Amino acid sequence: MTVNIFYALSVVAVLSALMVVFTKKPVNSVLFLIVTLFCIAGHYILLNAQFLAAVHVIVYAGAIMVLFLYVIMMLNLTEVLQVNKPDLLRIAAVVSGGILLIVLVGSLKGLDTVASGGVDSTQSGLIERLGYMLYRDYLLPFELSSILFLTAMVGAVMIAKSDEKIIN
Amino acid sequence: MDNLAQTMQGIPLEYYLWLSVILFSIGVMGVLLRRNIIIVFMCIELMLNSVNLLLAAFGAYRDDTNGQVFVFFVMAVSAAEVAVGLAILVMIYRNTKSVDIDELSKLKW
Repeated sequence: MTVNIFYALSVVAVLSALMVVFTKKPVNSVLFLIVTLFCIAGHYILLNAQFLAAVHVIVYAGAIMVLFLYVIMMLNLTEVLQVNKPDLLRIAAVVSGGILLIVLVGSLKGLDTVASGGVDSTQSGLIERLGYMLYRDYLLPFELSSILFLTAMVGAVMIAKSDEKIIN
Repeated sequence: MDNLAQTMQGIPLEYYLWLSVILFSIGVMGVLLRRNIIIVFMCIELMLNSVNLLLAAFGAYRDDTNGQVFVFFVMAVSAAEVAVGLAILVMIYRNTKSVDIDELSKLKW
């Protein structure tokens, strides 16, 4: 039963990831990427990481993808002529992506005992343990990430602001 | 919780490994294939997400919370990266009137 859920989520995730790459319009790419991200959130729920799934949906589907959609809307990209690479480069890109896949699969194939899998009950995704870990052991990186956000915010505003002084 | 333990016995960790590898390869392929900066950017997000999934899977199978804490930090960094990157993209579009990544080839020479 749950294996079937895993297979369904995986198939939808991989197909929509392929559609992200191969679809023409950027808006459709964003929507397919949202489908992929929701499938990954489903995988997190299967792994008993409910809080991680919630944060994933909020951060990715709620914030980052909306940012992408806003940028596409601001740049009016649906009317922009989509230029493609030459056919030779496209074939080379697909082939090298496939070769990377083969190399990774081949190098990981021998690891038949990656994990024991004998976990009786995994509690690690529950919010109590996550909160203890985040606010006790990882308190300094947690606070530093807020500084990172502040710098990113200031930097984004500074960069995206139209600067007449430089143009003149 | 017992239900979940049965779930995890049903799904080996290798399945998550293969899924993450496939998603990562699709992301690499998209970065190589497309010329639109926004789609290249989305493919980078796809690669980050596949790594996140693998970190969470390893953490859950080893009953270790550290993996999920790392996923949180990766999410935080990628959110900051997207904000700054999209600002750079808007500025590039304002200057070159194009989102073609091959327009930006001055560093090549």
